[in-house]
Amino acid sequence: MNTSILLLILALIGIASYMAGTRRAMALAGGRLSTMHSRPGYYGSYVLVWAVLPAALILALWLVVSPMLVTSAVRGEFPEEIRAQPEAAQSLIYGQVGAIARGLQALTPEEREQVEAGTVEVRPLMASKGVALAGDPEPYMIEAAATLNGMTSTSRIGMVVVVLAAALGGAAYAFRSVAPRFRARNQVEKVILGSLVVASSIAILTTIGIVLSMLTEAIQFFTMVPPWEFFFGTVWDPRFAAAGSGGNSAGQFGLIPLLAGTLYIGFVAMLVAVPVGLFSAIYMSEYASPRFRSVAKPLLEVLAGIPTIVYGFFALTTVGPFLRDISTQLNGLATGNYTNFIQAQSVITAGFVMGIMLIPYVSSLSDDIITAVPRALRDGSLGLGATRSETIKRVTLPAALPGIVGAILMTASRAIGETMIVVLAAGVAARMQFDPFEPMTTVTVKIVSQLTGDLEFTSPQTLVAFALGITLFAITLCLNIYALYIVRKYREQYE
Amino acid sequence: MTDVVTPAAGVAGTRATRRDIGIKRRYAAERRFRTYGLAAISFGLIFLALLLWSVFSKGYTAFQQSMITIPVEFSEQIIDPDNERATNPRGLATANYPLVARNALAKVLGVSPDDRPAMRDVNGLISDSVRGQLRDMVVSNPSVIGTTQNVALLASGNIDSALKGQVDLTVTEQSRRINDRQLGWMNQLMESGALAKEWNAGIFINGASSRPEAAGVGVAIIGSFYMMLIVLVLSLPIGVAASIYLEEFAPKNRLTDLIEVNINNLAAVPSIVYGLLGLSVFINFMGAPRSASLVGGLVLTLMTLPTIIIATRAALKAVPPSIRAAALGLGASKMQTIFHHVLPLAMPGILTGTIIGLAHALGETAPLLLIGMVAFVANYPTTPLDPSTALPVQIYMWANEAERAFVERTSGAIIILLLFLIAMNVGAILLRRRFERRW
Repeated sequence: MNTSILLLILALIGIASYMAGTRRAMALAGGRLSTMHSRPGYYGSYVLVWAVLPAALILALWLVVSPMLVTSAVRGEFPEEIRAQPEAAQSLIYGQVGAIARGLQALTPEEREQVEAGTVEVRPLMASKGVALAGDPEPYMIEAAATLNGMTSTSRIGMVVVVLAAALGGAAYAFRSVAPRFRARNQVEKVILGSLVVASSIAILTTIGIVLSMLTEAIQFFTMVPPWEFFFGTVWDPRFAAAGSGGNSAGQFGLIPLLAGTLYIGFVAMLVAVPVGLFSAIYMSEYASPRFRSVAKPLLEVLAGIPTIVYGFFALTTVGPFLRDISTQLNGLATGNYTNFIQAQSVITAGFVMGIMLIPYVSSLSDDIITAVPRALRDGSLGLGATRSETIKRVTLPAALPGIVGAILMTASRAIGETMIVVLAAGVAARMQFDPFEPMTTVTVKIVSQLTGDLEFTSPQTLVAFALGITLFAITLCLNIYALYIVRKYREQYE
Repeated sequence: MTDVVTPAAGVAGTRATRRDIGIKRRYAAERRFRTYGLAAISFGLIFLALLLWSVFSKGYTAFQQSMITIPVEFSEQIIDPDNERATNPRGLATANYPLVARNALAKVLGVSPDDRPAMRDVNGLISDSVRGQLRDMVVSNPSVIGTTQNVALLASGNIDSALKGQVDLTVTEQSRRINDRQLGWMNQLMESGALAKEWNAGIFINGASSRPEAAGVGVAIIGSFYMMLIVLVLSLPIGVAASIYLEEFAPKNRLTDLIEVNINNLAAVPSIVYGLLGLSVFINFMGAPRSASLVGGLVLTLMTLPTIIIATRAALKAVPPSIRAAALGLGASKMQTIFHHVLPLAMPGILTGTIIGLAHALGETAPLLLIGMVAFVANYPTTPLDPSTALPVQIYMWANEAERAFVERTSGAIIILLLFLIAMNVGAILLRRRFERRW
């Protein structure tokens, strides 16, 4: 009996116990529902919870714990000389045992006896059943595989028995306690409240998961590469372990050029996004008629809804070639030498397109903030004879400034964490330079390029991605917390 | 006071001319400022238009595909020379089908099969995928062997591009991927009606292929569909449950404050960080398969949750307290009040937020790259555990292809993705218009 059938049976028991509980409550009430503390459905739900919840928890626990126990038991039976081998070799052997165990299950009983007696070639026999083995199995492996199969099936039978017993026992217990004075609703509501708490703790768990997972991998990385070489290194050259020459085969993992590229591209993007977004927000909130606003604002926000991969493609196929060609023409007109000075993949291409993407973030955040400035401040300034633009420049904007700074910081954290545009449009050359027309690379690009392809969770080439990731996470987290703090404080100021 | 007023009144007539308060200059500044604002909005809108125009103008041709419809002779000598198809049907699968197609085309064009350079050019007109197409025809119905059938063959990517006018014919013949003789044949086939552009259903159905003419987003759409299903099934109940707790039950203390800050921060964590989380927790630690849409769905769920929680809390907050007071006053428990009255009233807002969150997840690429969805998957995944790819990841992979015909395909795939997003967003807007209540 496999797990999904067991789950199905559990569900059926659940439905049956709900109906039984409801029926019993109705029978006890005898047509006068008001004699019961709760409505019949609550009694049904109470029985259902008792039938399904403990059984499901046991099932989940069993599925997690039992394979671990079986594995350690089987590995404990390996011969001494195998157990003396390093961990990696042992898990390879265990993998082979697992394959043999699967093969054994596919055999007929006679064949299985032959295999256990050692009278047939195991490998071709298993291959004919569709189980490929890496090598000829040794006798102890077959023994271990047989043990594995035995334990697995015992464990499975035990699981079915225990889970069904828990389900039926829970249902019976809850069914007996259905009585007119029993407060079923309160009990059921407690369970619901518990599940609400569990759901909201997932948010915290995610954060803990992010930090822990990246931290463990990053710490492993820092045992291979010293932290100061990572954080203050100026050369990024993570060559493959085998291709290195001399003693420096691990490659160099300097964060500085990546960080420089990230900040430079982000800066160019903010140069585009902040003025355009801010002026759009000012116009929308101070000048635009309601009709214009109701059309232009959603249209501008479409820019935020377009997936970033589309922006990346736009940069790669339209903006990049356009800038390259126009630089060729400009150079030709100025010097007579028709060569391009803007590369198709460059800081300016990636930054410009990213800036367009960020316009709606700046504009809608600032729009909210400018609108929140109290009417009285504006009216006072206008009443004293200032023009609209003077009011905005001297009263509204200074009042909204902290909020706008917060909005800009939030946008900057988006720019730093943005991936697809830079992957397609910024290039992969990790270098430090100040020419915006040349390609540079970013932290996110390198995370992607280190983690696509073959992964080895023991090599610094893979693990460096987690060190980069946690750096990125830390930077964006600081920016966001500071921005949220500013915005909150600003809101309180006018409330 | 009178001292002050009197001199002012005395010079009132001349003040307007004497004291220049710069009305003209200030009004000019006002107009300039206003123009800056308009210019900024137009800048954004122009680039929106440019972006969409560049995608659509490049991509609409991807929905047409050149097909060469010619009589193909299923020659027994080529497909089954030893006449053993009754005894060894597997032999049919390995026969030289490209030769069958090449000979058929050569016959139509009047090229001698012995002219090897010419035959190579002929071969350049048809897609390599005819091998599979003709094989499937023969294997499913071996009686076609020895007959001549009219078959619509896929034209090669280069011919397809040339027919759609995307190949620059002014460059020299050597530096083009299609030579003058092939162009002549192309025109000849066009005039005879054998070569024509047809509706390209393949782009919706086919899986990944290294040949642009046979590549499609079918597998990617299924993969994205599985992921959206997982995201919806997990993130909607969890998100709603979490929001109900935080909004209605949670005591105001430091812990709930922490959760609140936490959720706001999670909404702003770069998406690639979620990919790292998925790689390290789901794949490395829990041993889930790489490239599976299950892992992708889980990662996107974690990413979408904060969005849904924020939207749901806003929707719950918008339900007026009088509803709660009325329900409580009639004797409902707090739980009944929320589940019977508050939640149904907040549902339109919750669903709108969910759809917008889903649309965001559908377009997300970066985390999926890290969990190995950058995979060449030609077969349909049957369960969420099978390797698959996603629509935006397919776009990313095609964007990196060098062939000209892939640019068109990439834009076509983007159009498909944008249509899905537009449909979802329009759905959300309609939902809001139809059901939203103003209190």
